[in-house]
Amino acid sequence: MTTQVSTTTRWARFRDSYLLYSFKRTWSAQLCLAIFLCLVLAAFMAPWLAPTNPYDLRQIDILDSELPPFWIEGAVEHYTLGTDAQGRDLLSIILYGTRVSLVIGFGAVILQAILGVTFGLLAGYLGGRVDAILMRLADIQLSFSTLMVAIVVGAVVKATLGSSFYSQYAVLMLILIIGLAEWPQYARTVRASVLAEKSKEYVDAARVMGLGSRRIMFRHVLPNTLSPVFVISTVQIANAIISEAALSFLGLGMPETHPSLGSLIKSGFDYIQSGSWWITLIPGAVLVVLVLVINLLGDWLRDVMNPRLYKG
Amino acid sequence: MTHVANAPAVAATETASFGKEASTQALLEIRELTKRFSLSGDFLEQLRFKGGRLVRHQEHVHAINGVSLDIQRGEALCVVGESGCGKSTVARIVMGLLTPSSGEIRYDGKRIDHLTPRQLLPYRKRMQMIFQNPYASLNPRMTIQQTLEEPLRLHHPNWEREQVRDKVTEVMTSVGIDPDWGKRFGHEFSGGQRQRIAIARALAVDPEFIVADEPISALDVSIQAQVLNLLMDAQQQHHLTYLFITHDLAVVEHFGTRVAVMYLGTVCEVAPTATLFASPRHPYTQALMSAIPRLEDDRPQHIRLSGEVPTPVNLPSGCVFHARCPYANERCRREVPALIAQGDGTRVACHGVEEGRL
Amino acid sequence: MSLLEVSDLDVRFALRQGEVRALRNVSFSLDRGERLGIVGESGAGKSVAAFSLLNLIASPGFIAGGSIRFDGQELTGLSDRALRKVRGNRISMIFQDPMMTLNPVLSIGEQMIECLKAHRRISHREARAIALHKLQQVQIPSPETRLDQYPHELSGGMRQRIIIAIALLLDPDIIIADEPTTALDVTIQAEIMALLLELCEKHNVGLILITHDLGVVSQVTQRMLVMYAGRVIEQGPTREIINDPQHPYTQGLMNALPQMATPGERLNQIPGSMPSLSNLPSGCAFHPRCGFVNDANGQPRRACLEQVPDFVDSGNCRVACHMVAEMLEEEQRLAKEETS
Repeated sequence: MTTQVSTTTRWARFRDSYLLYSFKRTWSAQLCLAIFLCLVLAAFMAPWLAPTNPYDLRQIDILDSELPPFWIEGAVEHYTLGTDAQGRDLLSIILYGTRVSLVIGFGAVILQAILGVTFGLLAGYLGGRVDAILMRLADIQLSFSTLMVAIVVGAVVKATLGSSFYSQYAVLMLILIIGLAEWPQYARTVRASVLAEKSKEYVDAARVMGLGSRRIMFRHVLPNTLSPVFVISTVQIANAIISEAALSFLGLGMPETHPSLGSLIKSGFDYIQSGSWWITLIPGAVLVVLVLVINLLGDWLRDVMNPRLYKG
Repeated sequence: MTHVANAPAVAATETASFGKEASTQALLEIRELTKRFSLSGDFLEQLRFKGGRLVRHQEHVHAINGVSLDIQRGEALCVVGESGCGKSTVARIVMGLLTPSSGEIRYDGKRIDHLTPRQLLPYRKRMQMIFQNPYASLNPRMTIQQTLEEPLRLHHPNWEREQVRDKVTEVMTSVGIDPDWGKRFGHEFSGGQRQRIAIARALAVDPEFIVADEPISALDVSIQAQVLNLLMDAQQQHHLTYLFITHDLAVVEHFGTRVAVMYLGTVCEVAPTATLFASPRHPYTQALMSAIPRLEDDRPQHIRLSGEVPTPVNLPSGCVFHARCPYANERCRREVPALIAQGDGTRVACHGVEEGRL
Repeated sequence: MSLLEVSDLDVRFALRQGEVRALRNVSFSLDRGERLGIVGESGAGKSVAAFSLLNLIASPGFIAGGSIRFDGQELTGLSDRALRKVRGNRISMIFQDPMMTLNPVLSIGEQMIECLKAHRRISHREARAIALHKLQQVQIPSPETRLDQYPHELSGGMRQRIIIAIALLLDPDIIIADEPTTALDVTIQAEIMALLLELCEKHNVGLILITHDLGVVSQVTQRMLVMYAGRVIEQGPTREIINDPQHPYTQGLMNALPQMATPGERLNQIPGSMPSLSNLPSGCAFHPRCGFVNDANGQPRRACLEQVPDFVDSGNCRVACHMVAEMLEEEQRLAKEETS
């Protein structure tokens, strides 16, 4: 007899799970999650937390430009982290910028996941020609770098709809570009685990029962392929944030008036030589910390969920 | 025990009807079934450069080569053989999980091997399958209740919620699983309990025919007995017909009404169980039976077969067993033996038996 | 003194639910050239017992107590370096899955030669000659060509023969075989078992055979242990246990075999299943499934429910069962009454 205590509710199952157990024992994961949550909270509460609204041109005074952070001489008291070249409060604009970066990162990953999981599921389960076509499509997609897709899409949109349109919908554009560029990662991961699951007997049992392909795919196979999807999602979010930063740094992403962390780094880059290093380095540090904690969390999650490392 | 009582009668009708086109009583008829699996991949991968010319080169695994079997109502036909003999492939083709390369499957007189999934749906209710690995045959993300309700919802769309629940409770009780455990997931159960749940899933739609593909070989000895008993009880209660795939001859002797011995994708001998165990005719059957480790005192007197099972990619000519058979002669190497009925309900595919040299 | 003497071996696994005792008070011995079978269902601890002999249990498992004496030398607490001299050299192992032992990227010859050279100071040519000789001993057709083949080019039965050749390579004193034929077909299994038996007899090698198959044990071994939930519950000469099992579990295991029932009749099943090691019943771990737990008055025996049974000698066998102990006492009492 398996004489386990009856675990009925979802919460009780979570409480007994290895995930929580391991989390309680991994201080690095706890620290990373704490930092990550702080950053996310701070970013999304930017309108309340930030001392000024950087999007509001009336609050900006060009005479306040390039003021240093508080620990350097010459700092002005209410600009804690100093100001940028346009006189915007650096703390405020970093908070708003982090929010933009996170929105793009999560949005792009959701798009990637929807596309990738669907295509991967279809390719893996149906096999044959569908598999061949979808996977070749993925190969073609992967052979274009995100940058190239961004340049092409950006150029096309700017040429047809005008650059003001592009600036207005820059967040959506970036989500679309990064989402489209990286879906093959998901498709490949999901396809591989669908192939493994498909050969298991519960799928045969469902077929013998007479269930249709669609129900088997979405009700039986899909839920069992989600662990690797979660694991790569963390890495993909970090990647998407980095991609966005890179695109913005190259001037292909967010406009200066509505900066993300990447465009902040770019805007400050010209002033490093003139001694105003903080305009670049502080947003840079925030970006590094954000991406690092996400990656570390991803590593931990992968270790926990990898059935080869933990057999339970 | 009904199926034991039936056994001689069934065997008699079987012998009597053999030779006619498709006996009317058989619940399931398998006719000249073959199955090849391609090893060569898609069209582009099949192209080879040979002697300056582009040729299409294809390689196949010949999993089944002309298998014909009848399963009578109420009997348990056991198919035995070693790994790679095609016994599981037969089971999977019968259940429509694979499509045959050629041949026919008839269920209750009607051909079912070329039906679409929708046309097959009524048969799904009548024939069910039990799988080998209880650790893989239950969806890990579904509770037992969900697993058991699913087939009922599909096949009885107009049933009330209570009706479905009552039926689930009924099948769970009948396989000895406490219905209160329905909210649990498969991994919270032991292997034997999981196999009981898998049996409950098959029984939920009240089938008349069950294909069991090595249902007890992944279980411990004491649990094997429990599950075997459960299968026999279910047979009695629901008047089931079994196609039972196994490699364990001791189980066959206990469970089977008739036995079909397979080797390399062909049937070498079909016989009523008692007859087969009393006097195995085919040299392969003899070797197989002598290899069972017995509890008795004496050292094994097993017939040593030379060599190993040939690959099913390049089938040997003639009798597939000739390379390992101690009695093989020139004819065995040339000519494929046919299953020939003997007097006692046995059918043997062996030139030696036919010629009377064995 | 025996070649191998295991006494009160206690193995535990430190899991997050707490410590789980995988083996408790396991004691047995093996003489030179003797063949011992360890029988039990999955989870009984038979593989753990075998692995712990060479301290091969992986973390979180560890040997918590007891001693393993091999040829007068204590193996528990030995450094890994010192153990390696014993492992493979004087005690070798055969696993269920040949691919666990064979490295897929090295040829059979390379693996055998490497193994020889790791333990002996011999030249490549000598090592190759020994390897060839061992392959001939396991009756592999055309051994010369096999040396240069890779594991994936061979069939399952052939691979298991290679494994046996590797196990014999350094002329060990003991071979531990963990379910060596479970993955093989019956005809191949019979051949491999016959070969193993023949080689052990010929070279006077001791064999510890771990299996769930009572048939195999009865054919091959001289003595056997039956394990249940981490304990040895019965041990003695194989023949005697097979012919007349004393412990209710051994009896149940034997009676559950399809051979033991009339064809078509229900099998004599043991109800329930083996308890998990982290949640053992009190007293005798078998009592919830035991058909003999009640005494003459129809009441459950208190000892069975509360007290872990000690071994009692019953003929040449040793059995850990309160019911058997009671019966033996009764017999002795009657015998005493008769004499007085």
